[in-house]
Amino acid sequence: MIDPVLASRLQFALTTIVHIVFPVMSMGLAPFLIYFTWREIRGGDPVYEQLRRFWTKIFAISFVVGTVTGIVLEFEFGTNFAAFSTAAGELFGGPLAVEGMMAFMLEATFLGIFVFGRERVSDRLYMISSVAVGLGTWLSAVWILIANSWMQTPRGYEVATENGQPVIHLVDPIAAYLNPRFGFMFVHMQNAAVESVALFMAGVAAYYVYRHHVWGYPVEHVAFWQKTLKIALVALLLTAPLQVLHGDLYARHVYETQPQKFAAMEAVWDTEAYVPEYIFAIPTDLSQITDPRAKELFGIGIPGGASWLASGGNPNAEIRGLNSFESEAPPVAIVFWSFRAMVGLGFWFILLAFWGGYRWYTGELFEDGLLHKSLMASSLLGILAVELGWVVTEVGRQPWVIQGVLKTSEGVSPGLTGTEAMITLSGFATVYTAILAVYTYVIVRLIRSGPPDEADLDSVPDRRPESDAAPAGVSDDD
Amino acid sequence: MTSVEALAAGPLFGLPLPELWFALVFAMLGTFLFLDGFDFGAGAIFATLEDGEARETVLSAIGPFWDGNEVWLVVFGGALFAAFPAVYANLFSRHYLLMFGILGALILRGLAPEMYEQRHDERWQRWWGRSFIAGSVLAPFLLGAFAGNWLVGSPRSFTLAGIVVGVTVTALTVVSGAAFLRLKAADALPASVRRIGLGAVAAYLLSVVVTLGVLAVRLPAGVDALVTAPVIALVVASVALAGGYALALRRGANLAALAAAAGLTYGLVSVVALLMYPSMDPAAGLTVGEAIVSTLPLNLMSIGAALLLPLVATYFVVLYSAFSGPISAGEAY
Repeated sequence: MIDPVLASRLQFALTTIVHIVFPVMSMGLAPFLIYFTWREIRGGDPVYEQLRRFWTKIFAISFVVGTVTGIVLEFEFGTNFAAFSTAAGELFGGPLAVEGMMAFMLEATFLGIFVFGRERVSDRLYMISSVAVGLGTWLSAVWILIANSWMQTPRGYEVATENGQPVIHLVDPIAAYLNPRFGFMFVHMQNAAVESVALFMAGVAAYYVYRHHVWGYPVEHVAFWQKTLKIALVALLLTAPLQVLHGDLYARHVYETQPQKFAAMEAVWDTEAYVPEYIFAIPTDLSQITDPRAKELFGIGIPGGASWLASGGNPNAEIRGLNSFESEAPPVAIVFWSFRAMVGLGFWFILLAFWGGYRWYTGELFEDGLLHKSLMASSLLGILAVELGWVVTEVGRQPWVIQGVLKTSEGVSPGLTGTEAMITLSGFATVYTAILAVYTYVIVRLIRSGPPDEADLDSVPDRRPESDAAPAGVSDDD
Repeated sequence: MTSVEALAAGPLFGLPLPELWFALVFAMLGTFLFLDGFDFGAGAIFATLEDGEARETVLSAIGPFWDGNEVWLVVFGGALFAAFPAVYANLFSRHYLLMFGILGALILRGLAPEMYEQRHDERWQRWWGRSFIAGSVLAPFLLGAFAGNWLVGSPRSFTLAGIVVGVTVTALTVVSGAAFLRLKAADALPASVRRIGLGAVAAYLLSVVVTLGVLAVRLPAGVDALVTAPVIALVVASVALAGGYALALRRGANLAALAAAAGLTYGLVSVVALLMYPSMDPAAGLTVGEAIVSTLPLNLMSIGAALLLPLVATYFVVLYSAFSGPISAGEAY
């Protein structure tokens, strides 16, 4: 029978990896939807109403699936990591509670208006709803990342022992919640969400633009897809270079605050200076496959690169090796390869952005078939990069659930049996595969059917109040 | 920092914060059971409607609301975690498989309406319709079972007390659901919805009687726990509310019926809270005073809740005002 600790870790990993797709979609779509709504209400080009309607459908489904998979995560702290919840609840529970009250409520209630209320409420309230939904998705990330970043760089606490169990007390809330990691995480995550959605939009739009302009097929709503491609490209040009820039600062911060994670990212076992940045590394002895930089390796590296990355410019800087830590090393190969794949993708996205921008500048954006194919192939790679980033963050901090304070193995529910954990783990594997399949199916269907026809936009009966500025009255029909 | 020291020195304004949070956690649970309760009830009533248009009407009626309603479960969980982490951890890990049953039911109930509307062929809608019904009935039943086990302090997933409380809660969601559907779409739905509401309130009263009987045997304090002035007052008030509900539904005063259903829900949750207090987790032997977090985080959370909960109430007023009145035919999901 499987060990309950391992099963709980696998289950949490599985449920998080699937869940994160949906908040990335909603956080990334939020600024686009606010923009589309604003342009629609301002009047003029009807393409903005098409854009708003089309992408709102995708947002709504992502939000619903994100809700049902997110409740699971909240409950798993109690069910599978009861020892962690008891020990750290005082610091960790607060941000979760505030997230629910401050962010999730805002998002869920105004989403009702945003999805169903276009014809029922004034333009002003509709605009406010779009901003409220967007603000809600982003505030959610603030509080979740406050909780997560505290686990990475814990501050402002004291450890006491009560009834033989460690209990962590909050001492300094500002130090705890505005801990050093939070800012890096928040900027990197939000930018990644917008970048991922920009890539998704660009990939979908490129498919239609390619069919129409390169293949010469008749495509409905060509103007809509051209507009989508251009807007996505602008967003990509803004986010892709930034992602790598603050990613670099973030990596340096990890070196300073979580040296063991940094050593795993670079697979450095013995403390050394002038460490190369390996782009590729493989042990010749396959028994050491989990160690990308085992002796007798074949590798391609930039001399001094890792030291340069860690220190912010000094190729001779020393990197502390994994062997010098008392706790066991995290699974090095997973962290090493995820980090490389994420960074590689980040550079690929910059290239895509500049390539598209250049073609737009030369007036050939709709004619470059290779660019279209590259965008199509990259439409899900932004989300993949986010997943890889979280793998680096979460696998890289093992064996610690709270860095240097509590180990993951000490956080698992004491009464949990391997049988129980196996039942739910296999249940989740089945259910979450089905959820992903249904979600993919529905999104593909929506994309295939495309935006509403322009001619249909005005056919919805207008029940808006006479004055656009009229506030939503209190119920007057009882 | 002096302000932090002041916040760590003693409870804010000398308030009995542990007791307030005990009440607040149950108030959040009650709000979830009422608001999402009528969504669950709508799902159960959906099962009785064969007609495609009537089914669409039910989905349109709860469409804009259910997501916001369900967030009260997240807020309840978050508040329990933040204020009573040991209870959160003990309770959820003890009822491990039951918790995942609840999650499974909520996943079905959450996905189904959204998916149902994505395609209009018969097979697709039949299966998502079934998922919607299964989730809507199982979620309140399992939540009730969870609450029953919590109350009697049993470590097992399925107990007699859990089952009868589960049935009671399920009946109560149908009571709320019928009133809500009559309020939103009396003209578009058959009169059977009213009959279902009247049947459900009778079933609810019956299951409350059975539940009280079971609790008299199973509660550690036995009959003595039940024969106290507040509990008796709540039971009497519930009977009166049930009568008022039946009368209001017959007369078509659907908002009054829904208000009565709200009263019944908060009444039920209050009975559970009263029977439990001062214990917070009978199975783990934790009282409110033992399980509460220390003063500083408690004060911070209290400030947060005092600022945020009125805002949240405002969001709900805006949402329910925007969609006030009956839904009109053709108002798409």
